[in-house]
Amino acid sequence: MRTLRITTAVISALGVIGLSACGAADTGKKDEAGGDKTVRLTVPSWVGAQANTAVAGYILKKELGYTVKTQQMGEVLAWDALSKGDIDAIMEDWGHPKEETQYVTTKKTVVKAGDLGVTGHIGWYVPKYYADKNPDVLDAKNLNKYAKDFKTAESGDKGEILEGSPDYVTNDDAIIKNLKLDLKTNYSGSEAAQITAIKKYAKEKKPFLTYWWTPQWLNAQVDMVEVKLPEYKEGCDADPKKVACAYPNTPLQKFLNADFAKDGGEAAEFLKNFKWTTEQQNEVALMIAGEKMSPEAAAEKWVNANESTWKAWLPKK
Amino acid sequence: MTATVTVSKPTDAAPTAGRWRLLLTHPGKRKVLGLALAALVLIPLGIALWGSGSWPAGLTVDVSGPLDDANEWVIDNRDTHPLFLYFLLHFSNTATDAVDGVYQFLDAMGWLGVLVAGVLFAWRAAGLGRRGVKVAATAFGAFALCGLLGMWDATLLTIALMVVAVAVAALLGVLIGLAAGLSDRVDRALRPVLDTMQVLPAFAYLLPFVLVFGTGTPAALFCTVIYAAPPMARLTALGLRGADPAVLEASASLGASGWQRLRTARLPLARKQMLLGLNQTIMMALSMVVIAALVGAGGLGEAVYSALSTVDVGKALAAGIPIVLIAVWLDRTTAAAGDRIGESNPGGGPLHGRSAWALVSAGVVAAALAGLAIGRTWPDSWTYDISTPVNKAQEWITENLTFTEVWSREFTLWILNPLRDLLIWLPWWSVLLLVAAVAWLVGTWATALTATLSMAAIGVLGVWAKSLDTLSQVLAALVLTLALGVLAGIFCARAGRLERWLRPVLDAMQTMPQFVYLIPVVALFGVTRASAIIAAVVYALPAVVRITTQGLREVDPAALEAARSLGASTRQQLLQVQLPLARPALQLAVNQGVVLVLAVVVVGGLVGGGALGYDVVKGLSRGDMGVGMTAGVAIVCLGLVLDRITQPARRKSTSH
Repeated sequence: MRTLRITTAVISALGVIGLSACGAADTGKKDEAGGDKTVRLTVPSWVGAQANTAVAGYILKKELGYTVKTQQMGEVLAWDALSKGDIDAIMEDWGHPKEETQYVTTKKTVVKAGDLGVTGHIGWYVPKYYADKNPDVLDAKNLNKYAKDFKTAESGDKGEILEGSPDYVTNDDAIIKNLKLDLKTNYSGSEAAQITAIKKYAKEKKPFLTYWWTPQWLNAQVDMVEVKLPEYKEGCDADPKKVACAYPNTPLQKFLNADFAKDGGEAAEFLKNFKWTTEQQNEVALMIAGEKMSPEAAAEKWVNANESTWKAWLPKK
Repeated sequence: MTATVTVSKPTDAAPTAGRWRLLLTHPGKRKVLGLALAALVLIPLGIALWGSGSWPAGLTVDVSGPLDDANEWVIDNRDTHPLFLYFLLHFSNTATDAVDGVYQFLDAMGWLGVLVAGVLFAWRAAGLGRRGVKVAATAFGAFALCGLLGMWDATLLTIALMVVAVAVAALLGVLIGLAAGLSDRVDRALRPVLDTMQVLPAFAYLLPFVLVFGTGTPAALFCTVIYAAPPMARLTALGLRGADPAVLEASASLGASGWQRLRTARLPLARKQMLLGLNQTIMMALSMVVIAALVGAGGLGEAVYSALSTVDVGKALAAGIPIVLIAVWLDRTTAAAGDRIGESNPGGGPLHGRSAWALVSAGVVAAALAGLAIGRTWPDSWTYDISTPVNKAQEWITENLTFTEVWSREFTLWILNPLRDLLIWLPWWSVLLLVAAVAWLVGTWATALTATLSMAAIGVLGVWAKSLDTLSQVLAALVLTLALGVLAGIFCARAGRLERWLRPVLDAMQTMPQFVYLIPVVALFGVTRASAIIAAVVYALPAVVRITTQGLREVDPAALEAARSLGASTRQQLLQVQLPLARPALQLAVNQGVVLVLAVVVVGGLVGGGALGYDVVKGLSRGDMGVGMTAGVAIVCLGLVLDRITQPARRKSTSH
């Protein structure tokens, strides 16, 4: 009896909630403050992207009078939020073919906004102090000879290749298998852990092999040299299990929410025009990560020193 | 976690009987004998039928397909389907509005208003005595430090999120607790649900919540509610069940209806437990602050998370300290309020009851008005940036402590690797037999069945090897935690001063977001599973120390006195009286150790723990629900297995 009464109570409670919800809810969230003049940008977790978001945000604020809101979140989550209109733009994307097909081609809720101007490249890197002593380590063919130098407690009798965050695109397990290398991947699980480990190795001048990429601010602090993998050819990474080649060069892309691109006015136009070089991005990134400046302060410093560059991005009046 | 409740059988093995008779009559030994016989039959059978090695691929089910389909469906339909338009979206909009509203309100009060409100409420809750002054001083110190660290605004946003999350979680918890407290059937049905809510890593279900409710506040809020509601539910149910039968009898004989009895007798009697539940709910909610930031909830969590990307320990610490301070403030305040329940309240007077609340409100309004004159936000000149000195200190420490790296290498080579390799080498059916045997030895056949089925579920999900890798890490972390925790607990129980000194340290270890110490841990121990284990030990240790200390303290003084008068040495007293008598507490410590170590498996995945923890993180960051959920469920299964084989004591306790 008692259970029955409880069940009835629960059902009627749910009914009341259901009834109270008889009006349709707004699908897009209300703009809290500033009305139309608000731009929402995602801040990815790596510093290079923080640099361009900070500079774009600073100019939007100071020159064009927008309110800028930033939200930090994972890459795939950001794509989803971009599609829903929770954020307006992604300033640096390293290639998400699945999401691109889904949102840009099929649903048409996201549009491309052109190149960022920076080319990203992923590869295998060893520190320069080690490469100078062993120059032929720089070819993947000779890696087995040096594998023992990269041994750690995690990799057993094989050499360790340090991997980064699960966010990153990696074919390393397939490459190791298909090139028959005496290596083993060790997933650090976050960029912070990977950077901390690299800095530690570099300080002790120990040999190490890592999955790494440019542009990256740490490259200005720790000198690393890329190991040559078999050359990248179009389609050689099509089957994830059979990859035995290097990573491609990725011209980094900007993406806008479709509605924002149409109705975003000056802000949308400015973000489409935004284009700078790897060196410029690294300059700001190093201020943020190396000198521990706040992204706003770093952006301000760069903007004050490079007026001619960003003046060209402003919408033509 | 759950308790399996059966009635214990009296054991009356005759000491004079022969060895064989003893073996047959003593239930524990009889079980061992039975197991030995079963092993003789089953092990050769297993070898003959399945041979050795990992879980057979034929016995797995891939669940990622349907999960990914569900994922797609949500994305395609969430803007148009009535389920979203008329139901779910109302939730997310309300959530955003509620948090925003609380934040605007706090902001409008100005920093002085918030500070005074925090202090006065703490004082009112803790009473007028010396304790009240101390709690009020704690509140003042906590708020002032948040401001000094330059985190005032972020702290307000976090408090706003906490207020809404804790309110919803408490309400939900009380409702569930009422149902579970009044009906045994509902109670039994709800227990596994509550367990899952706490052990399933939030990372695993964050993604579906984001898809349905959108990034930002709503998803973060609902995940926090799910994680924080169970303690409230459990303790409410416990309180209702524990009500003195005599009181209920009396009120029933006075002709009170069931509803009246609940309102006038059972709920008031359960007040103390319910307040403890609220306290625990607040602590759980606070531990979700950083995870909420992963989907863009803002506040202190976001500051910690973004500091991580620039590898800035100082900045992360500056945002982590306010989280600890909020926890300490709320913990001391609710604990003091809980202690006061049932104390006699002399007379009325202006400082008690309603008039006291009126005074508090008047004080807050006055402070808020005064605050408006001096500015709403915390003055910039009153902040201090700790990040540079902290980073310098961290660098110095990591450069000068070199033994940590050696320790981590040796630990990985000589303990972790052999343990993992052994577990993976064991034929899959023998692992199941082992789990069944151990669970049966410590519990009943039902315990054994649950444990074995959970272990089998891991195999069916297709994450056998990864789960055993994680299991080996969890076991190693557990042994370390228990060894250190029980030792520290013994010292604390013997030296009260040590416990007082340790208390703030333990508080910080428990509430400091793990993200803050990830970088120092990696800097000291490298990217290895040893780092993941250290992170787990730091998080689980405080609970073990506290439970052990309390258990030893509560040992009957008469028994101890008797031992002392018989001339037992300190060591003898400890080993032969205190520890055996504190056994239930020690078992609870083991159990809490299991739960807490499992809770940080995901965090371990961020520093090189790999295995299931890495998969859960990967599921979230790659938007791959199949991978994340499978690994999350496997963690829950591991939790069930470990729970069942570490809970011998509960079997003997009767129903609450």
